[in-house]
Amino acid sequence: MSSPISSKQNFTREGLKKQFRLSEFLAEKIISSVAFLSIAIIFLIFIFVFKESLPIFSLGKESVKVEMQQSASVSGDQPESYGGVETEDLQPESYGGLETEDLQPESYGGVEKEDLQPESYGGVEKEDLQPETYGDVQAEPLVENNDSAEGTAKEEKSNSIWDTLLTPDWVPVSENPRFGLLSLLIGTLKVTIISMLIAGPIAILAALYTSCFASKRTKEIIKPIIEMLAAFPSVVIGFFALMVMATFFQDIFGYDSRLNAFVGGVAMALAAIPIIYTISEDALSSIPKTYTEASLALGANKWQTAFYVVLPAATPGIFAALLLGVGRVFGETMIALMATGNAALMSANPFESVRTFAATIGAEMAETVFGETHYSVLFFIGSLLFIFSFGLNALAEFYVKGKLIKKFQGK
Amino acid sequence: METTTTEMNSSLLSTQNKSSDLKGKLIVGATQLAVYTIIAVLFVILGIIIYEGREKFSWEFISSFPTNGMTEGGIFPALIGTFIMVIVMSLAAVPFGTITAIYLTEYASESSKFAAAVRFSVRTLAVVPSIIFGLFGLGFFIQFVGTGFDTAFNGGELRWGQPNILWASLTMSLLTLPVIIVSVEEALKTIPRELREASLALGATKWQTIKNVVLPGSVSGIMTGTILAVSRGAGEVAPILFTGAAYYLATLPGSLSDQFMNLGYHIYIMATQSSDVEKTMPIQFATTLVLLILTLSLNVIAVVIRSRIRRKAK
Repeated sequence: MSSPISSKQNFTREGLKKQFRLSEFLAEKIISSVAFLSIAIIFLIFIFVFKESLPIFSLGKESVKVEMQQSASVSGDQPESYGGVETEDLQPESYGGLETEDLQPESYGGVEKEDLQPESYGGVEKEDLQPETYGDVQAEPLVENNDSAEGTAKEEKSNSIWDTLLTPDWVPVSENPRFGLLSLLIGTLKVTIISMLIAGPIAILAALYTSCFASKRTKEIIKPIIEMLAAFPSVVIGFFALMVMATFFQDIFGYDSRLNAFVGGVAMALAAIPIIYTISEDALSSIPKTYTEASLALGANKWQTAFYVVLPAATPGIFAALLLGVGRVFGETMIALMATGNAALMSANPFESVRTFAATIGAEMAETVFGETHYSVLFFIGSLLFIFSFGLNALAEFYVKGKLIKKFQGK
Repeated sequence: METTTTEMNSSLLSTQNKSSDLKGKLIVGATQLAVYTIIAVLFVILGIIIYEGREKFSWEFISSFPTNGMTEGGIFPALIGTFIMVIVMSLAAVPFGTITAIYLTEYASESSKFAAAVRFSVRTLAVVPSIIFGLFGLGFFIQFVGTGFDTAFNGGELRWGQPNILWASLTMSLLTLPVIIVSVEEALKTIPRELREASLALGATKWQTIKNVVLPGSVSGIMTGTILAVSRGAGEVAPILFTGAAYYLATLPGSLSDQFMNLGYHIYIMATQSSDVEKTMPIQFATTLVLLILTLSLNVIAVVIRSRIRRKAK
């Protein structure tokens, strides 16, 4: 009965061996290379954000070729040309016929990178010519009265950019720009702490209620509504904070600056709550049923089970949720731009304006010129943010997962 | 005998409960309060924006250009710009997201290091601050790809090496990639193993099975992912701040190398850089209302589709 079949089909080893099909092979290769793309994107983001910030590492060490916009004309006899001139070799320049006795050799520190705009000299010439000094970096070539800048600029020239980065002054656009990141760091930390103090407890308690106390029907209503908060674009939350919340809180607390770290922190809490809520809710619900049943069987009631059994067991997951919440707040741009007041102040007062890292990038990047120090510093801040959020995510992922596995498998 | 033990137990429990009853009620009350606070705040925001935006909100507002230095008129170009951006973004992100999800569910083995790396990257992409994508768009798309393209093919003439709608859309597509991957992956997982095995047993190859069995079954998942991605992309502003959004344009973008106006960006500049913030308040609230309606309704649609998929899987 079975002999005709088996004789026709060849069930030998060679017959059953997987045949090589080109289309299959190609499909698999294409699909996995597309999947590789997401890894590549992470690397590219790091490389390109970091690459643009590289110039600040070499500042003060080597001279950089000054790139020159040739387009504009100067109101003197001869347009100056900076093209290809090594900055360190710069000689005193003559402004066609308009030289006065005050004119001194301009010192272009060997650090300049931005596009020098010849138009700016036109304006200066018409007035009394004063020694112009371009210090470490020049963000605004149009600044005219910079008589006092020379001394400080010369001093700073010898310093490397790192000394500047670790000062509190963030004054990127002036004749003597300073890029101190400390006040920005303090601003960012202030906002992050305020918003996590608000968002953390509320979101975790809400998650606890949803996963332990709410009936199934309530749960099905509550969860989508809270997750709806995640669908609010951050610009909408920022707008709401700027227009409504700022005034509301000022009426209550009566502080001076309408936009401040507190308003920004509360608004960012709104953005962080859905993230913390969703992840901790997942963590709480994924606690094995045996845990709760054992606790209930031992005579503990619902809240005791929830508080002393479920919550501690889900701690790693909740910790991960908080980490991701911090990551979200730390890098939040639009809310920070709109609701924190954007003043880089060194102060511990939560009711004063602050400026965060992300908001600084968002506010200033559009005005910088490709290649100048300000541009590089902003990219440097970007790399810091990227590394920070990458680290937080890695921590949340590996540390927490390892802990969870250890806990539930009893290893 | 039995009754006495239960009695004893219950009396023990009740005395114990009396002391901890209040504590329990407080804790449950606190958790409940947290939930209702969140929901109340959500509805207050929604309510205030609807209330303040309602007078200006009309068809005319949606379909007309801003006039008089953006202090009057509508938001038509911002709306169209947002639409074009999310369409280009979806065209880029959906295929890549879907294929990555197919790799993760169909091809990757449990122990594969590569698949673990892909998963980790996807999750990292989801938590990278949106402003970083903006920086990346500027550094990679505009300065590297665009300028490189210009010098190679346009003879140095500036066309692609500047902010435009294409670079903004591509930047946004990176941001929304994880949203799509997660949704599609979830949908693929709901397709029963038996279907795949039946197809393979009938002699179909792996790719044929994916193409003819798995993918048709996950169309709704791909749709959910796309809708969620569009909703996210329509609302994000930080990535396009310096990759293509324009303050004001008198015309609609005619090609991919044009800048564009965007709803979220429009709200931002109207609220912070407008010449007369007080006067344009109704316009700002109405624009916010339009954006909110757009993103929230898309989200509701996605949630409905998703819950349907989940029910089918059960």
